[in-house]
Amino acid sequence: MSTDAVTALALHNPETNAFWAGLIEGRFLVRRCEDCGEAHWYPRAICPFCSSSRTGWQEASGRGVIYSYSIMRRAKVPYAIAFVSLAEGPTMMTNIVDCDFEALAIGQPVKLAIRRREDGLALPMFTPA
Amino acid sequence: MSIKGKAYIAGAFEHPTRKAPDKSVAQLHAEVALGALADAGLSKDDVDGYFCAGDAPGTGPLSMLEYMNLKVRHVDSTNIGGSSYIAHVAHAAQAIALGKCNVALITLAGRPRSDGSSTGAAPRRDNPEQPDFLWESLFGMETLNAYAMCAMRHMYEFGTTSEQLAWIKVAASHHAQHNPNAMLRNLVTVDEVLASPVIADPLHRLDSCVVSDGGGALIVTKPEIARSLKRPLVKVMGAGEAVKHQSGGQVDLTYSAAVRSGAIAFEEAGVRPADIKYVSLYDSFTITVLVQLEDLGFCRKGEGGRFVADGNLISGQGRLPFNTDGGGLCNNHPVHRGGMTKVIEAVRQLRGEAHPAVQVPNCDVALAHGTGGLISMRHGGATLIMERE
Repeated sequence: MSTDAVTALALHNPETNAFWAGLIEGRFLVRRCEDCGEAHWYPRAICPFCSSSRTGWQEASGRGVIYSYSIMRRAKVPYAIAFVSLAEGPTMMTNIVDCDFEALAIGQPVKLAIRRREDGLALPMFTPA
Repeated sequence: MSIKGKAYIAGAFEHPTRKAPDKSVAQLHAEVALGALADAGLSKDDVDGYFCAGDAPGTGPLSMLEYMNLKVRHVDSTNIGGSSYIAHVAHAAQAIALGKCNVALITLAGRPRSDGSSTGAAPRRDNPEQPDFLWESLFGMETLNAYAMCAMRHMYEFGTTSEQLAWIKVAASHHAQHNPNAMLRNLVTVDEVLASPVIADPLHRLDSCVVSDGGGALIVTKPEIARSLKRPLVKVMGAGEAVKHQSGGQVDLTYSAAVRSGAIAFEEAGVRPADIKYVSLYDSFTITVLVQLEDLGFCRKGEGGRFVADGNLISGQGRLPFNTDGGGLCNNHPVHRGGMTKVIEAVRQLRGEAHPAVQVPNCDVALAHGTGGLISMRHGGATLIMERE
């Protein structure tokens, strides 16, 4: 898919467009269930734990630790993909940026680093804290 | 109700091609179907059940049934990635046990190599309507780095090493040297695996499977028909399937769906891991094999690295011979879906028809397991236990 098509997909998905709109404004949101209290990832209207429809957005701290990662060395520009466990509970896929790839480690604390694309979409990435 | 003893694998055929620019995908499906029927000693008019997955062109089984001009009374197009065909054997056994069909045909075929598609480091062609699509594709998730993160976590939790993972490739190469159709027939050493370029840490190029065209097919029949044929009897003993995913963000990369599918299959078959003489394990990457060995109970969680080291998977040398055709790591990985060839080599072993250099003596019970999809994300696990009668 083209970059524009992916951006359109993000901004027009009725279930999760608020996440992407929020990130463009600098707010990193997670979805939390108002009934069971659990936060989940990726965001859903229906809680994947208790099936409640009473879920809502909560601004997250942007803090987490690396659960696992890998450096993609065959890419034109090598990059670090990772699973980051958020302070709010769930673990999400992301990229670790502005870092020394060789110094990355599982368990390392990281903080949110919003990356903006030329088409305006903002992505939730992380950098060593 | 159990499928134990209710069905037999009467025909198995692996396409010898590894690159087929001169054939269509539908043609490859038909060629493997006819190959499996010939192996069983049956004809296309005997087929009354058809099973296929996402590699079959068209909507489910519709186009392929028309192309092959088959008239069946039972169809199943369960698609759980590369593990589909192992689940299809179980589903065929279920249908046969219920009288829904008597002769089931399962096909897999395609030509990603000729078409120049994904090598594991290319963007995956997922459906944008998948609810997970944006949350992964925007971060450069590819097959390779998805499996690499699983390997990285395994190393962190259990001290698994790249040397130990390399032994899995070394064992596969020992077997592939005897397979004239294998893409990679050269013996490799642990040092050569470690010296190959790191593609996605900690996985090297030689930790990865090949990309190939080709395919395979299986015939599953009811006992009365199997006994009327001239082939050795390979009985379905038990099967299990499961899907593991990210559980709403409660990610745990240390295990796969094999934990559940394996337990179900062993219980149904009434055997234990120690009873298995030969194992076919999905080997998209070396780490896939290691995690499955642990999850299926061949060793304890975290001990897979020590289990695979020093040639323990090499036929004639080790305790648990695996993938004696060379597997996906050396032989072939048609359409990026390795489940079919896993069953075919297990059938060869149970019939005593594997290459003499890798044939397991007295191979009476074998297991085939597949992991379809992405081990770090969503994947299907399918386990099949078979016995020579």
